[in-house]
Amino acid sequence: MIPLAWYLIFAAVLFCIGLYGVLVRKNAIAILMGIELMLNSVNINLIAFWRYRSSQGIAGQAFAIIVFAIAAAEVAVGLALIISIYRRRNSIIAEDMNMMKW
Amino acid sequence: MTPEQIIFIIVAVVTLTAALSVVTSRNLIHSALWLILALFGVAIFYVLLDAGFFAVIQVIIYIGAIAILFIFAAMLTRRVMQDSDPQTNSTWWLGALIAGLLFAGLALVLTNWPGLSTPASPLAGDSEKIRQLGLALVSPDHYVLPFELASILLVAGMIGAIYVAGEKKR
Amino acid sequence: MNFLSDPITFIGSWLTNLLLGWGLSQALVNTIVKFIGAGLVGTFGFALVIFTIWLERKLYGRIQDRLGPNRVGPYGIFQTFPDMIKIFTKEYITPDGADKVIYNLAPILSVSAVLLAWAVIPFAHTIVGTDVNVGVLYIVAVGGIGSLGIILAGFASNNKYSLLGAFRAVAQVVSYEVPMVLALLVPVLLGRTMGVNSLVNAQSVWFIVMSPIAAFIFFTSVIAETGRAPFDLLEAESEIVAGYQTEYSGLKFGMFYVGEFLHAFTISALTATLFLGGWRGPFAQQVPILGVAWFFIKAFIVYFVVVLIRISMPRLRIDQMLNFNWKFLTPLALILLVVTAVVDKLFYLAIPSVTISAAYLPWARAGIHLLVNLVILLVLIQILKGYQIKSRVVVAQPRAVVITPLAEVKTVPQEGSKAYDS
Repeated sequence: MIPLAWYLIFAAVLFCIGLYGVLVRKNAIAILMGIELMLNSVNINLIAFWRYRSSQGIAGQAFAIIVFAIAAAEVAVGLALIISIYRRRNSIIAEDMNMMKW
Repeated sequence: MTPEQIIFIIVAVVTLTAALSVVTSRNLIHSALWLILALFGVAIFYVLLDAGFFAVIQVIIYIGAIAILFIFAAMLTRRVMQDSDPQTNSTWWLGALIAGLLFAGLALVLTNWPGLSTPASPLAGDSEKIRQLGLALVSPDHYVLPFELASILLVAGMIGAIYVAGEKKR
Repeated sequence: MNFLSDPITFIGSWLTNLLLGWGLSQALVNTIVKFIGAGLVGTFGFALVIFTIWLERKLYGRIQDRLGPNRVGPYGIFQTFPDMIKIFTKEYITPDGADKVIYNLAPILSVSAVLLAWAVIPFAHTIVGTDVNVGVLYIVAVGGIGSLGIILAGFASNNKYSLLGAFRAVAQVVSYEVPMVLALLVPVLLGRTMGVNSLVNAQSVWFIVMSPIAAFIFFTSVIAETGRAPFDLLEAESEIVAGYQTEYSGLKFGMFYVGEFLHAFTISALTATLFLGGWRGPFAQQVPILGVAWFFIKAFIVYFVVVLIRISMPRLRIDQMLNFNWKFLTPLALILLVVTAVVDKLFYLAIPSVTISAAYLPWARAGIHLLVNLVILLVLIQILKGYQIKSRVVVAQPRAVVITPLAEVKTVPQEGSKAYDS
């Protein structure tokens, strides 16, 4: 049988890869992809904990459903913003969007 | 090694390789395709975790909608990022260091937790989980409030995305 | 269970016993038998396409008052084989600058998305690929993978028009998923389960009788998902060459082609399973092979209707298609879902106060739902009448103007028209 540790370590590695993507990439869309990886690793964590620790209740699954909904909404709005910024500034490099920096 | 463990290891290796290719690929469309493979690997994990409903939901929402959104956005903004430009920041070593430190911290915390090697207890009546989930999401003493808030968030996201990305009528 | 009544399960158990007798472990034997089953279903899907392509071409020809293929074999039955050989031997021309990996991956995704749906369709009450308890959602999920194949095909061709065609195709496919899922929820509601085999078991009264509007919405949206006429803007040969398939030749185009025909038959099989009772029929429970026969009869009837619709209707424009979806099908599907849920709950609340014997209960329920559907239909027709193009009010009759050679314009008043200077 698969011990819980394997799932948690896998989720931790996926989270760190996503974090690396967010911190390192220039392209705003690639940063969003890193965020998606992080959200997926969180979901794996939630479902693994639900399965191994409290499979009588349903709290883990309900939490994961809410995370799905939030991820979908966030990607939609994020990509809409990126496309709108691209139309104005003709660039999607995250460093170039510095109009609010002082 | 039971077949489940073999499948777990194969799928984990494939998913992590795909995730690494997402964050290191030069071509944005290739990144999106690797992301689809990584999301599919996560869906297989949901099946291994006896949450088949989540596996199909993952494929419908992430691969069927979000990944297509990514591909569209990558296609619509293609002209600016040529594939020969450096794709990473100049301080990429700092990002790698932070990610590595975070992983080391997480691994440390996990190995010091005694509940780590809990075996999986057999599920009781697993075909009722969908019914239980549905009831939990709409019953007032369970999770109807986060459910309604999530639906409001989705409506707001929908309206916001259409307004922000839509063409302004003159 | 002997060979005559249930050959497939018989062969499966015989194979399992054979492999166990060779000393393999149970888990390995299960895996091998499942792989063989999956291979069989895939091969069977392709073999079915060979038959349906011939059937469609023959029907197409006959309805258009011509013969259709009739040279290769009796009634042209073997026509598909020369076509296959022709497509196999054509040259692969990859456009310059195309992304090789994506270009080759796209037809594979398109075909596999269709083949994957066959894993959950039950042929008889013992013959089903895999009985997941979320079968209906699984079908929606593999439909989503199909749209991915389309966008990759359009993008990888390095061709502006392929890309535009792919954008339009994905807009259509993704838009029509919404009423499809909503209409799929109505059988789930009525059958209290999401597994496809369980839904067929719950159809003591066919769901098309209980909810014809849901069947209509599902049938229409799933035809639009496939891209068949009248929604075949995706491959309108006279307008956008071949859309996202323009740059594909040889077997890659053959895969798109086969995928499309298999998709058409798959949706017929799905409609038959979810709304027409699948393998249900007289004696289907005792003799499973008869269940397979009923299933195919129903699937082919629906396929006949699909081909008939294709042949007889003109093509819709993209804006007409999207208007039809968002302004008609989606609100109708939402209202139908809510009304069906409320009526079903009220029905079950009202049972203790009304005495109906247990045998008539499904029929009473079906009757109530049918009545509600008819009421919705009548209300809909009244609402649609308000959108009729109003004929213009006649203000004046047209006047004839007579020009004499002396350039004197004289008007000749017609009967019933207003005089010129009154």
